[in-house]
Amino acid sequence: MKEEIIIAGFGGQGVMSMGQFLTYAGLKEGKEVTWFPSYGPEQRGGTANVSVVISDQPVDSPVIDEPTAFLALNKPSFNKFYSHVKESGNIFINSDLITNYAKRNDVVIHEITATQIAQHIGNERIAGMVLLGAFIEKTGILSKESLYSALKDVLGESKKHLIPMNKKAILEGIHVMQD
Amino acid sequence: MGKVLMKGNEVIGESAIQAGCKYFFGYPITPQSELVAYMAQRLPEVEGLFLQAESEVAAINMVYGASSAGVRVMTSSSSPGFSLKQEGISFLASAELPAVIVNIARGGPGLGNIQPSQSDYFQATKGGGHGDYNTPVLAPSSLQEIVELTDEAFRIADEYRTPVILLGDGMLGQMMEPVDFEVTKDNKEFQKDWATTGTVGDGPPKTITSLDLDDVRLEERNKQLQIKYKKIKATETKVECYLMDDAEVAVVAYGTVSRIVRSAIKRARDNGIKVGLIRPISLWPFPVEKIAYYSNKVKSIITVEMNAGQMVEDVRLAVEGKVPVTFYGRTGGVIPSINEVHEQILSMVNEVAK
Amino acid sequence: MKVVFERTKGLTNEETHYCPGCTHGIVHRLVGETLEELGVLENTVGVASVGCSVLSYHYFNCDMTQAAHGRAPAVATGLKRVLPQDRIVFTYQGDGDLASIGMGEVVHAAARGENITVIFVNNAIYGMTGGQMAPTTLIGQRTATSPQGRDIQSHGLPIRVSEMLATIDGASYIERVSTHNVKQVVRAKKAIKNAFKNQQEKKGFSMVEVLSSCPTNWGLTPEESLQWIEEQMVPYYPLGILKNSSVITEDIR
Repeated sequence: MKEEIIIAGFGGQGVMSMGQFLTYAGLKEGKEVTWFPSYGPEQRGGTANVSVVISDQPVDSPVIDEPTAFLALNKPSFNKFYSHVKESGNIFINSDLITNYAKRNDVVIHEITATQIAQHIGNERIAGMVLLGAFIEKTGILSKESLYSALKDVLGESKKHLIPMNKKAILEGIHVMQD
Repeated sequence: MGKVLMKGNEVIGESAIQAGCKYFFGYPITPQSELVAYMAQRLPEVEGLFLQAESEVAAINMVYGASSAGVRVMTSSSSPGFSLKQEGISFLASAELPAVIVNIARGGPGLGNIQPSQSDYFQATKGGGHGDYNTPVLAPSSLQEIVELTDEAFRIADEYRTPVILLGDGMLGQMMEPVDFEVTKDNKEFQKDWATTGTVGDGPPKTITSLDLDDVRLEERNKQLQIKYKKIKATETKVECYLMDDAEVAVVAYGTVSRIVRSAIKRARDNGIKVGLIRPISLWPFPVEKIAYYSNKVKSIITVEMNAGQMVEDVRLAVEGKVPVTFYGRTGGVIPSINEVHEQILSMVNEVAK
Repeated sequence: MKVVFERTKGLTNEETHYCPGCTHGIVHRLVGETLEELGVLENTVGVASVGCSVLSYHYFNCDMTQAAHGRAPAVATGLKRVLPQDRIVFTYQGDGDLASIGMGEVVHAAARGENITVIFVNNAIYGMTGGQMAPTTLIGQRTATSPQGRDIQSHGLPIRVSEMLATIDGASYIERVSTHNVKQVVRAKKAIKNAFKNQQEKKGFSMVEVLSSCPTNWGLTPEESLQWIEEQMVPYYPLGILKNSSVITEDIR
């Protein structure tokens, strides 16, 4: 099994952390993982993206040119990677922020009202976590337990209090895909 | 401890500490700054010392001083800062002082940008500063390999009393993948009776210098350096060959680019193309023999780099015209895609078939 | 026969390459005597710089490391920070080395309160390269690169390094002395000793600026040269202690 994932959005939407959650969860499951961020000025307010590879085999290129999964958190980022997604790949879209685009028929597009769901939970900044939940449910590459446990590693002691909320968002994302 | 997830820059820092390096003199520059920050945090914990220098020039000269005192010491930078260190590296080479210098290279020339690049290949492998000298250059392609090669860098530095360059790029420095630090390390102890630590308890005054105003004596020093370099070439060349046994065409690539090439090779193999990878791990000494060997077996070679064509010159020297050697590269911090490299392999195969 | 004066053990028996009448030899002797008298010769590592004193590692009878042009304070920092606590580290630099190409290094070593001793020999000219203008060259002084005399319009004004470093909180002891007569040489010795004692007492950065002669490049006899120091240099570079504030340094640390 192998997933090549690109997560993209505005700086500050938690793109890098989302990538890290997946990477840590992959490590916990004994999988081979790589995490490669876009770095530099765009981190501070522009578009940010991260490439994550999760595989049963050693990972060659940490750079992805045809992602098998794409999590898009805003329109500019969506436009940047949309056409690159591999045939029959999965695209998870925050449909509260991304609308009016030309549909591709060779990929599976999941439109999720992530911001609304996040607001409902109590903080719209965890919209990305809803997409993460949807992603693991759809692809089955990682269990939700490993993702939960990765929250602890990435958020650390100082942000421990954010774990329950993030878990809730992941679970909501899973539910969306089950419905 | 098992496997841990860290950024490449941090892995270099931890690997250095585990190799017994307790002293680091650095200066911030993207994309290597995490290494400086890591050392600032970690070295006091192991009773070592981190000092932020006022410039890259000062940092490399602090390294010169610390190395004179006989300790394992490191500094790091990225391309523009690495240029500033060249005078100091020339002095280290001439005074035969061991040190490890990291270059997490970025797009150039000039201030360039902060994206990954391999355009410092010439500078790293051909001496870089003034005078007849070379420095061993090790180029890891994964974070796990950083652990191994950082340890090796310190071993080679002490064994041959020479500065050693650890050459990576922004991709290697910024990415994360699991690493295991519990691997076999070289625990060789080195007697440094040449170190200027004060004469107390050890006889007449010692001098460390790169100056000799007498031409004949300076020539003798140069000859000794060349003898040393010959020995390093004979014993410290490192190269990996991947799917080369039945290869009809070969790709030569190093560092992070070799990983993209590997993916492209797998893609090509899936389409029945017999292609393999030759990956120099030591860029100096360059794996001349291995490349010469395969140049008698393959029909064509392509070199892929993140520059305008630098290592390809060494490949051509090794091949000696036996087979065509072509080049594909991206510059300015652009990372070649798997597709691009795959297409280059295909067009090389078509060319050979003609 | 009773021995009344001996060559200091702080210097080797090597004959120096300095020109006749150059006061580098005097400054060497003062440093050598100081190291011997303080009983630290075996614990000392000196850093030679680039310029006329580049070969000073042949003359000081202790471990020596030779540094790139201007970088002696950085090299000394590296040595001092990794050597055992009881080691003494000093640099011996001229005005081209310290005040021009190496200004950054000496300023930051002072700012860090680096516990080293800097011997700064100021003869207002580049000696080794053949008498070019230095940052400390006086207004009107003729050199190979200011053949009409240094003029303010094109070359700016000479730098008073000691005054400048005295403004830095990390600097503990700064004194300017001279070599133009016996009385001044005796004072210079005292200052150099203070600067080394300061390091022993871990008070931080110390520098002694020694006004020195360059008969060859000044185009004067040795005697005229000493007179030139007194009449031309001392008025622009006044002698005395510019900073002696170990207490402040201690507080900062």
